[in-house]
Amino acid sequence: MIREFFRVMVVNLTTGKTNIVEIGGRSEFLGGCGLAALLFRKYGRVDADWDHPDQPLILTIGPLTGYYPLMSKTCCAFRSPYHNQYAESYAGGKSALSLRFADLDGLVVVGRAERLTALCVGSRRVETRDVEYMRGFDALQTGRVLRKIFPGSGRRSILRIGPAGENRSAFACINVDTYRHFGRLGGGTVMGAKNLKGICILGDRGFPLPEGKAYPKLYQHIFEQLTTTEMMAKYHGVGTAVNISPLNKLKSLPWKNLQQTSSPEADKISGETFADDTLLRNAACAGCPVGCIHVGFVREQFQANNQYLYRQVGYDYEPIFSCGGMLEVTDPGQVLRILDVIEKVGLDNMSAGVALAWCTEALDKGVITEAETLVRFNWGDADTYMKGVEFLGTPPNDFYRLLAQGTMKCARQYGGEDFACVLGQEMAGYATGEVFFVSEALGFRHAHLDAGGYSWDQKHEEREVEPALDFLVNDGRDRIVLNSMVGCLFSRGVYKDEELAAALDALGYGELNGKLQDIGQRIQCARWRLRLDMGYDPDKVKIPKRYTEITTWKGPLDVDYLDALRRGYAARIKAMGTDPRGEIDPAQYERKGK
Amino acid sequence: MKALRASRMERCIGCHSCSLACARLVHKVLSWNKAGIRIASAGGLSTGFEARVCLACSPAPCAQACPTGAMAPRRDGGVMHKENLCIRCGKCAEACPVEAIFLDHEVNPYVCIHCGRCVAFCPHDCLELVDLPAKGGEAADD
Repeated sequence: MIREFFRVMVVNLTTGKTNIVEIGGRSEFLGGCGLAALLFRKYGRVDADWDHPDQPLILTIGPLTGYYPLMSKTCCAFRSPYHNQYAESYAGGKSALSLRFADLDGLVVVGRAERLTALCVGSRRVETRDVEYMRGFDALQTGRVLRKIFPGSGRRSILRIGPAGENRSAFACINVDTYRHFGRLGGGTVMGAKNLKGICILGDRGFPLPEGKAYPKLYQHIFEQLTTTEMMAKYHGVGTAVNISPLNKLKSLPWKNLQQTSSPEADKISGETFADDTLLRNAACAGCPVGCIHVGFVREQFQANNQYLYRQVGYDYEPIFSCGGMLEVTDPGQVLRILDVIEKVGLDNMSAGVALAWCTEALDKGVITEAETLVRFNWGDADTYMKGVEFLGTPPNDFYRLLAQGTMKCARQYGGEDFACVLGQEMAGYATGEVFFVSEALGFRHAHLDAGGYSWDQKHEEREVEPALDFLVNDGRDRIVLNSMVGCLFSRGVYKDEELAAALDALGYGELNGKLQDIGQRIQCARWRLRLDMGYDPDKVKIPKRYTEITTWKGPLDVDYLDALRRGYAARIKAMGTDPRGEIDPAQYERKGK
Repeated sequence: MKALRASRMERCIGCHSCSLACARLVHKVLSWNKAGIRIASAGGLSTGFEARVCLACSPAPCAQACPTGAMAPRRDGGVMHKENLCIRCGKCAEACPVEAIFLDHEVNPYVCIHCGRCVAFCPHDCLELVDLPAKGGEAADD
């Protein structure tokens, strides 16, 4: 280990001052999402809205970051503009290793800069630059300029926002190193509210390794499991997009704003079709030999006489679901073109696609008109959807301003709540059934990654409430432990309790062994407590009517089962959120005078 | 005598496993810099990756620039860095035409020793050890 305590840099954009803070609590919070919860308690405000300058933007890594393969993710925590409550999002790229090599367990940004600003931090550097001239720059252009301003190719990570974050769209993302994102719940909006266009993290240090052979031997063992077994083949090969076909067969693929759960057209945008027709190459997060990032290629003629341009666009299952199936865009090249605009504007692609799907159905039903949407959205019409994405990033009227705050907020004003595909936020791509719908609607991150509810639905025909809820809580806790290390969730098949224990032990964290379940529980309770304190009431969560109208492989959705799960999960969440184990007194972890 | 070649960098996915392996196994540190091979994008991830690694020049400009003999030429190309002779002047890195030598903040140089321990950690087989043509008619005997 580098040190037992957490070393955190706190940058105040209002005052221009930076502090290095040492905080205890490793054996209570591990790092990652546990450390983020501790830091929010220390620096965040429960009594002020998300855009109060005091509110922190928090980036954290964990005890295993950089030391083992796939320990390559960063946790980003903030009070979300989407629901004005505590939220987390995760991304890889080079962000995690850059923080590790900048010698920071956490980076906290508070305050608000007067003018648009870029921040650069490293092990021996902290600097802000006025970048007001970059206002309105798209995320790719912003990356290009920041690379010039802060040299360090190969050993830095560049986080930035596009116009959507500056314009406070509530689902603006933070683009990380091209192709990766802190996608959901508006991290980019928080940067925009701080007048923070970009953050460059320079990973410019190295650290001594444990002596002896145990550590390199264990590294090799884990590396071999990840690269020579079939365990990660799915992510490396066709990639997550491989899910399109099986979910379509299971009648679990949201299609055309969830009017359907399957389509004969789905094969045209399957992972296999994307790979055959568009896959240019794979890429990887730093520290991960799997290489799950799939980069597609699309060529466009922009002038007569054979004048072409090309775009390289990252794709995965989720963006194909949201900007393919949900919009019935069934040409991979057209899906990539929409995603390219989303990448530049700096929006969460799931939210953007689902919002535009609602728009299309609302137009079809006459709930809204072109007076609001300015263009006529038609299923499958990619060019118009590209225009819609730009409107979400830079709203030209009140309708888009509201839609960019969330589809349900817009539907409440204009109508069409019944068919707004919102489960806490715009849905993820799993129409698998009752357990997933409840998991996402009520879950902490309102993400498919909170717990494997989608998997439970696919494996269980019985409709028992308690075992399903046990699974959501326990699987959620296991994921919290991995999110505290901070490991990629794709590696959860490798990093079982035994491997995590060995990994910690080889680095000198052996005393944490046997306590991980308890620590996971503490963090789980602490996170829920943060949300409840900021006004979350799981009893009030409604699951829109559309979800009760669908048919999956199990038949029509069981409304009674859905409701029983919803009530049961709400009770579990409240129990966790009021559990005394989740109380955090940050003063207890201060290392004054040390 | 062997030399490491980054022969198939068009396959590189940017995972940095090679750099991390060199740092871990050769230099006994956790780093992506303190390594004989380092990976950089050629201008953002959309442009692909390049490896910064010693090309095993002979004669080696870094050895010629080194005032103390710390960068000792290998017989068939490349160098061995002799830490005890190094005064940390950084002249070797300045002299390298391909930025293959990394200097840490204490001006310690890190350069590839062509041991090949990184090769097995490349998931896409971008790297290989090749035989250098023997100089002076002697057989390679590394």
